[in-house]
Amino acid sequence: MRLLLGLLFCFAAAALIGLGTTWLALKDGVAYGGIAVGAWTAWPKNGTPGIDPYARAMVARSGELPIGSGDGIMFYARTDDAERPLDGRCDVVLAGTTPQARFWTLTLYDPEGKLVANSVQRNGFTSQEIIRNADGTFSITIGPRARPGNWLPTGGIERYVLVLRLYDTPVGLATRSGPDTPMPTISQKACP
Amino acid sequence: MIRFLLWLLGGTLLGGIVHLVTVLELPSLATHDAYSRLAPITPVNAVVPVPPPTPDKATMPFMDPAFAMAVCRYDLTNAPLKFSVPISQSYTSVSFYTRADVPYYAINDRAAGRRVIELDLMTADQHNDLPDNEEITAADRLIVESPTNTGLIVIKALAAEPGLIASAQETLTAAKCQPMPQ
Repeated sequence: MRLLLGLLFCFAAAALIGLGTTWLALKDGVAYGGIAVGAWTAWPKNGTPGIDPYARAMVARSGELPIGSGDGIMFYARTDDAERPLDGRCDVVLAGTTPQARFWTLTLYDPEGKLVANSVQRNGFTSQEIIRNADGTFSITIGPRARPGNWLPTGGIERYVLVLRLYDTPVGLATRSGPDTPMPTISQKACP
Repeated sequence: MIRFLLWLLGGTLLGGIVHLVTVLELPSLATHDAYSRLAPITPVNAVVPVPPPTPDKATMPFMDPAFAMAVCRYDLTNAPLKFSVPISQSYTSVSFYTRADVPYYAINDRAAGRRVIELDLMTADQHNDLPDNEEITAADRLIVESPTNTGLIVIKALAAEPGLIASAQETLTAAKCQPMPQ
């Protein structure tokens, strides 16, 4: 009887610990080998057959197709440079330059990776359509209300994710954070 | 008490195994991964356009709305595949994914260096079976080896401005993926 109870307890603990840790790991996105520059993080290994098992499981669960390393690289930002979560009700300014690449696109998604509905049907910018300053830098205002210059609407949602994709770029597995990867800064301005 | 702690230790060890097994097995059990999402809208060995993402509906999460996209869901069981796509005005890329959505090869218009990206896709066995004399003419033939019999070829063309998406989609309609005649 004691043996049976013990076995039951042992299996219950195993199921709880095993499935619980798996769920936690995939929910919070534990993946190895990320490169972080400011608020931005990329996982260049996810674009190669060397993708780690956790990232593979996450990709299978979310249903996205990771960008191939011969195509480009994808940087995610969920917070600003001060590590405050990106809030669609605030004005956030993204400014600076991007690393060397033939093209880049910046896109705003909700945390699940869906585009956000807004009145002007703009979900992002490409490197070709952005209005630049005389020195080649640019700045984009991300917020719920229309702004002059480059304005990226948030639709007023509470949390969002910014994704910067660099296409045909030397940035990749060998990249370290430093002067070679000048990512744009993200700073929160007005917040009601 | 000691007996209880021993059972707990056993449970923890077993839990670690459960964790590893579930993480490793999840990709093969997933029913909402990219391949499964694309399967209903893509016939085998044919190029089909993937509808651009909108706030209401997207085939996959985190799709880039600045790109026109088409997919060839391939099956190499019977024969290798011939693939070609003319390059678009700004940027065209072709990425190859295994059945488990792992990208194993990608090429873009500049790397291809021509007006058309052309290549042959085959398994390692089919590559080994190629007659020797064909290897001589293979110099300008790009051969890509697929690690799995089935998988995805994803073709993307950039629309640098929203107004150019129609012309980018137009380029992709000329893409072809066909099994080689045996």
